[in-house]
Amino acid sequence: MEGLYSGETMGPMPVKFSIQQLSTFYGSVQALRSLSMDVATNRILGVIGPAGSGKTSFLRTLNRLNDLLPDFRVEGRVLLDGSDIYGPDTDPVLLRRRIGMVFAMPVPLPMSIYENLVYGPKLTGIRDYQRLGEIVEKSLRAAYLWDEVKDRLNLPALRLSGGQQQRLCLARTLALGPEVILLDEPSSGLDPISTARIEEALAELKSSYTIILVTNNTKQASRVADETAFFLMGELVEIGPTEKIFTAPGDSRTEDYVTGRFG
Amino acid sequence: MRLSPRLTQAFVVSLLGLATAVTLVILIFVIVFILRKGLPAIDMEFLFTKPQDMGRAGGILPTIVASVLLPLIAVAIAAPLGVSTAVYLTEYTRESRVTRLIRFGADCLAGIPSILFGLFGFIFFVTILQMGWSLLSGGLTLALMILPTIIRTTEEAIRAVPNSYREVSTSLGATRFRTTAKVVLPNALPGIVTGIMLGVGRSIGETAAVIFTAGSSLRMPSSIFDSARTMSVHFYILAREGLSSEKAYGTAAVLIISVLAVNMVAYGLMNRFIRKRS
Repeated sequence: MEGLYSGETMGPMPVKFSIQQLSTFYGSVQALRSLSMDVATNRILGVIGPAGSGKTSFLRTLNRLNDLLPDFRVEGRVLLDGSDIYGPDTDPVLLRRRIGMVFAMPVPLPMSIYENLVYGPKLTGIRDYQRLGEIVEKSLRAAYLWDEVKDRLNLPALRLSGGQQQRLCLARTLALGPEVILLDEPSSGLDPISTARIEEALAELKSSYTIILVTNNTKQASRVADETAFFLMGELVEIGPTEKIFTAPGDSRTEDYVTGRFG
Repeated sequence: MRLSPRLTQAFVVSLLGLATAVTLVILIFVIVFILRKGLPAIDMEFLFTKPQDMGRAGGILPTIVASVLLPLIAVAIAAPLGVSTAVYLTEYTRESRVTRLIRFGADCLAGIPSILFGLFGFIFFVTILQMGWSLLSGGLTLALMILPTIIRTTEEAIRAVPNSYREVSTSLGATRFRTTAKVVLPNALPGIVTGIMLGVGRSIGETAAVIFTAGSSLRMPSSIFDSARTMSVHFYILAREGLSSEKAYGTAAVLIISVLAVNMVAYGLMNRFIRKRS
């Protein structure tokens, strides 16, 4: 929890995730095809690509959320700080406390704003009332939601507007004190103002967190991502500095996609 | 001849309305009929004293006590078992031939006439396990009877909880058990309570299975190992033996009022629970 703002989580290694020949399968359907890439620490990686390109599957593989599906299978290696998250020594429950996730549709749990925020911290054994209060305030401030809800933390979270709900979900993820934040099209259901708020928060957060942002909106990737990866039909077509991907892509398929010729 | 859409519509609506009205009228008629016949028999003495002369005179206090205890015992046994089974079937196992078999078994069990449960309870609990005619034998038998209903309604309620809640909880570092306890069950609670209330209702009203297992002693039970007579059994015996139709209707009225009250309290509590969360 110390790392919420401090950036202590930045290790000597600049690489947070090292992904090696990663393939995933749902039953007999293959979602990812032999993906290899590195994700840098404390940067924002944008992942773009048309629907069905495997972006979401990729994210859910990184925090092992796909484990919930009975016929999910993974090949290859995903190293987080050098150790394989699918290795026998990794407890997926503990892993997920290091890797927060914000979903495409805001999903506040049907409890109060406060209870939503302390849900994760309480699971890690934090019981101290004052400590929880600090975490709540910090997380809400970081998600630019504090001023709007500070007087009504006991309000059921479902009564917030869509944009507020999504920022609550971001705050809830921050409250975990994670090292990595995965965002799965976090602004697909939001208006431009709410989207801007989320992006503002992200820009602020990248100094302390490694962020992977899956987005259907290529403009969003070009606005906030340091690096961008382009996925197509389960394959990684190209990864590189965002500017390069958008101005001088190495692959014609990337160019077609970012210029809007297909997808 | 073809009717115009508007006429068809009007026809269908009036038919549906009529069906609803008939249902409502029958329901009200039954309740009003029993209350009109039964209410005059109810007074403090009827509610709070013991029956005399086999129920021809006096009150029905022991049967009220038995009618409270018996469903309580049944639910105390069946609810934890049934809810746990449903959680296991939905959250911890994959759909397979075994789960389908269990579900099929539960559905069959729910359709078995209660007198067969009574017979089973008499042979197994009363005789083989030597519990005798007792509240415990009756409660266990009723528990078996309402178990399938609780399992199935709980299962449906759990299935209706959006999967996104499970994903969010899991992504926040919760174990499957935590997710079930903190997110799935609270959201399935209204459905679970409905299942349990169906069980309570069935237990309060059950007669055949209870006569065979809890017996029909008119004494005040002092423990769950005593035989006791519930209101339904009392009503049945009073009416069948022609002991006192006045007391019989009085008992029926108390029975109906308590069923209504139990349901109203349960749904009231549930609504408050839901309002607090959304």
